[in-house]
Amino acid sequence: MSTVDTRTADTGTVDTGTADTRPAAPAGVRAHAVARVEDVPPGEGRAFVAGGVQVAVFRLRDGSLHATQAACPHAGGPLADGQTDPDVLVCPLHLYGFRWTDGSSTGGVPPLTRYPVRELDGMVVVET
Amino acid sequence: MRVLGGRPEGLTSLSMDDELDPRARLVVVGNGMAGARLVEEVLERGGGEQFRITVFGDEPHGNYNRIMLSPVLAGEAHEDDIVLNSHDWYADAGVHLRAGVRVERVDTAAKVVYAADGSATAYDHLVLATGSHSFIPPTAGVRTGDGGLLPGVYGFRTIDETRAMLAATSRCRRAVVMGGGLLGLEAARALQGHGLEVDLVHAMPWLMNAQLSREAGAVLERSVAALGITVHLDVLATEVLGEGHVEGVLLQDGRRLDCDLLVVAAGVRPHTDVAVRSGLEVERGVVVDDQLRTDDPDVYAIGECAQHRGSVYGLVAPAWEHARVLADVLTGTDPTAEYHGSRTATKLKVAGVDVATMGVSTPERDSDEVLVISEPKRGVHLSVVVRDDRLVGATLLGDTRKVAYLTQALDRGTALPEERIRLLVDLSDGREEVGVADMPADSQVCNCNGVTKGAICGAVADGCGSVGAVMDRTRAGKGCGSCKALVEQVVEWAADGDVAEDPAASYYVPGVPLAKPALVAAIREHDLRSVSAVFAALAPDGREDARSKMGLASLLKTVWGTDLVREKDAEFVNDRVHANIQRDGTFSVVPQMKGGVTTPAQLRRIAEVAEKYEVPMVKVTGGQRIDLLGVRKEDLPAVWADLGMPSGYAYGKSTRTVKTCVGSDFCRFGLDDSTQLGIDLETRFQGIESPAKIKMAVVGCPRNCAEAYVKDVGVVAVGSGRWEVYVGGAAGATVRKGDLLATVGSPAEVLTLVGRFLQYYREHANWLERTYDFVPRVGLERVRSVVVDDAEGTCADLDAGVQRSIDAYTDPWGQDGREPATPGQFRAALPLLPLPLVPVR
Ligand code: SRM
Ligand SMILES: Cc1cc2nc3c(=O)[nH]c(=O)nc-3n(C[C@H](O)[C@H](O)[C@H](O)COP(=O)(O)OP(=O)(O)OC[C@H]3O[C@@H](n4cnc5c(N)ncnc54)[C@H](O)[C@@H]3O)c2cc1C
Ligand code: SF4
Ligand code: FES
Repeated sequence: MSTVDTRTADTGTVDTGTADTRPAAPAGVRAHAVARVEDVPPGEGRAFVAGGVQVAVFRLRDGSLHATQAACPHAGGPLADGQTDPDVLVCPLHLYGFRWTDGSSTGGVPPLTRYPVRELDGMVVVET
Repeated sequence: MRVLGGRPEGLTSLSMDDELDPRARLVVVGNGMAGARLVEEVLERGGGEQFRITVFGDEPHGNYNRIMLSPVLAGEAHEDDIVLNSHDWYADAGVHLRAGVRVERVDTAAKVVYAADGSATAYDHLVLATGSHSFIPPTAGVRTGDGGLLPGVYGFRTIDETRAMLAATSRCRRAVVMGGGLLGLEAARALQGHGLEVDLVHAMPWLMNAQLSREAGAVLERSVAALGITVHLDVLATEVLGEGHVEGVLLQDGRRLDCDLLVVAAGVRPHTDVAVRSGLEVERGVVVDDQLRTDDPDVYAIGECAQHRGSVYGLVAPAWEHARVLADVLTGTDPTAEYHGSRTATKLKVAGVDVATMGVSTPERDSDEVLVISEPKRGVHLSVVVRDDRLVGATLLGDTRKVAYLTQALDRGTALPEERIRLLVDLSDGREEVGVADMPADSQVCNCNGVTKGAICGAVADGCGSVGAVMDRTRAGKGCGSCKALVEQVVEWAADGDVAEDPAASYYVPGVPLAKPALVAAIREHDLRSVSAVFAALAPDGREDARSKMGLASLLKTVWGTDLVREKDAEFVNDRVHANIQRDGTFSVVPQMKGGVTTPAQLRRIAEVAEKYEVPMVKVTGGQRIDLLGVRKEDLPAVWADLGMPSGYAYGKSTRTVKTCVGSDFCRFGLDDSTQLGIDLETRFQGIESPAKIKMAVVGCPRNCAEAYVKDVGVVAVGSGRWEVYVGGAAGATVRKGDLLATVGSPAEVLTLVGRFLQYYREHANWLERTYDFVPRVGLERVRSVVVDDAEGTCADLDAGVQRSIDAYTDPWGQDGREPATPGQFRAALPLLPLPLVPVR
């Protein structure tokens, strides 16, 4: 895992397609290890690039991982800078909330795209 | 002398005073508020075609707003701003203004006006609008041998007198104001604002006796005394002392008040000399009928010089009604127009003392109903008089929130609520509801978020059952918050009153069902030191709530100082990275610049940083410092390190800037060192966490160049080492002049008092409640009794509380810049987008 460089997002992507432990991914979807789990502090979010797609990854205080598109569907706000709770993610720019369950907004703006994400050997793996 | 509203040198106006002009000649004597308004009203009705208009005014100026002389004397308004009709205006309107020319006499038989310059002017219609003059009681010594006023003695009626007094304020130290009516009180306060010690002498047993009941007058007296004005009631001034210049006043009871300035504001008398000399009927004023006509069919009188049905008015509203009716009559727009008298309403224009009165002040008939709410300690006295189910009078002292509603009820004679208490206490006054119903669906309710009335109604129709739900859905009221009351009304109207009670409204934050006092108590009791601990112990099912985190994080800092467990995820992004997020995800960096004072070395460093990090915009802020906008998140630590300056906290719910003016070091008007005091305030209170941002300013004199009157805390030097401390001011989404908390005698006392006020605010204000809401909610008297008079014995605790926070201060840039608080604290959140997106200038 020493090849993973998470300092800057453009260089920090390692395709887990090359790793032996890779779980079977559906056709057209690829899994990407974007960071170590501890790179995303509890309750916070960080942005990464997973296979050319910008994603925001969140680790809630209950330990669960979530990944969403990185730019807010409302006006492009940096969602990784938002605040979280077990139900919603709140964008830092205009404070719209988005539900983890289905990405829908609590305030009537378009929904978020969510990406499957899980922890694998201490790595955060996002499918895009 | 400079002519107010005058024309530039060399401009002359051509007047077509031509015998061939077929138009009737309308001559107006008196170029004051009534006379000039009449001319405007006549022109508006197309009277320019009918009349050749000539206006005589014995003041050389254009027409100015006499009411505003009070703020001019107080230094709050500039004389140029009170011009209503300049000489140019008359020229452009084709009106012949004879400014500086006094009319002496009228020959009503020959229909000619004779003026002091020897001219004779023929008229077809003549209007007298000569106003009033100050009444100078015949007191020994008040006049010199030639009949003029003793130097240092002034009436308060004209701009020339106001200018003379303003000039005198810099030489004088003690003033006596004779007369405790509106004018006297306004003069007293204005002079005090210039640093003079002021004694107010009133011959009647209570202040504003013409408008207020005795009880209300007593409450007013307390408020005026609290401003630092010494009030002497029920006593006559019998002699004015001084040879060649006023030196003092002798009172009936033998006391002597020293002064070098004496203002006589003992009432006004209608200017009737022209009418008397011309043989018109004059009693107290020039007697007129319902069409403002004197006993001569072609001569009219309006404004303060007129007496209609036995009444002479001393206010501008009746004068304007006169002008309207007379313009209707003269131009034939409505030849039967009549004036039937005015209900008068007055407002005292004195900062910190709100007084509004209208109609009668006390019951006059056995069947009159009266309702009085009196809280002398808070300076509040409210009363209404109701006759036959109609409002006939109201007095509002210390709380004038209901003034608009009551004025309407009095003017329109609208039906009154069954429960009379609703007239004075806010149980919704019904007025806005009508307004809401009338609003078109596309009218904007929330300007910040562009939410229309229709959108709010749509949310209600879609099932949002409470104000909170509608706000969450539409974001109405979630910007600056100033529209919240309107949003509530629209929701209530749309739901036809079927709105769920919003219990959350009283919670400090939505996710923990406790109001602030109970929440603070629970935090202390359970020793909760982190935001997640608060949720675990106090939230329903221990459930976290994203929207509550920031408020809780702030509160914990206030409660525990540094002794807490910081959780970065509880903080809003601005607090996480100590900078303000921009629309494109970059940040702004505002280094501290105490009191707005900088050095060439600092400027050089800022310039170098701006170049090195390609900062897209460098801007001077409204807070007297420099903003570097568009800094990349990942550059923040390096930018701070290169700046080597502490954070200016431009992002925090904390103390922000202390603006200052140049003060006594450089300014020719400076009464004290405002710059140094501003720097000291900023040094002492820098970065202190609070329920909402706190902005301060210190100015060196009441000219108020750094806008101290509209700051959360504003400090004004008034001379002799004294400082006024104002609180609760704002000039953002809400504009409110701060309330005078106290006047103190040294910078050290200012620092103590401000610390106490801040701590009291920090402990008691709701999350995001600025001082402009907090101070009126709690009441100035209450705040003052706690932080000035120590009525609750808590001052020592307040001092200790704020000191704890002061000691806990560390510069966040110095800290996190070197060692990130969490991994990736400064990692870009939108890595692939080319940044910045904000246009570069
Ligand atoms: C930079 C500055 C404008 C400028 O270019 O001059 C500014 C910029 C912002 N102001 Fe301001 N305000 C600035 C001076 C003011 C002033 C003037 C002053 O401080 O003397 C006021 C009116 C005074 C007052 O607050 O009473 C002012 C009243 C507001 C308000 C209205 C607050 C209110 O309750 O009425 C907001 C909205 C809010 O706080 O919710 C606001 C909010 C903002 C925010 C922080 C909006 C936001 O949340 O992002 C803006 C940040 C822009 C950015 O991207 O960095 N700003 N803002 C000024 C920074 C001053 C400084 O050096 O710290
Ligand atoms: C400091 C101050 C504060 C006030 N505050 C308020 C307030 O808050 N609310 C309110 O309703 N009212 C207030 N007033 C009262 C208000 O200003 C007057 O009611 C209003 O100005 C009356 O208008 P007027 O035209 O009748 O008289 P004026 O405005 O006095 O105008 C009369 C003009 O006629 C001129 N004149 C007189 N005789 C002659 C002559 N022989 N020949 C030529 N010209 C002549 C005078 O020089 C003067 O310019 C205040 C007054 C003062 C002085
Ligand atoms: S800087 Fe202030 S006034 Fe300007 S857009 Fe932002 S919030 Fe509005
Ligand atoms: S950009 Fe996210 S809420 Fe506006």
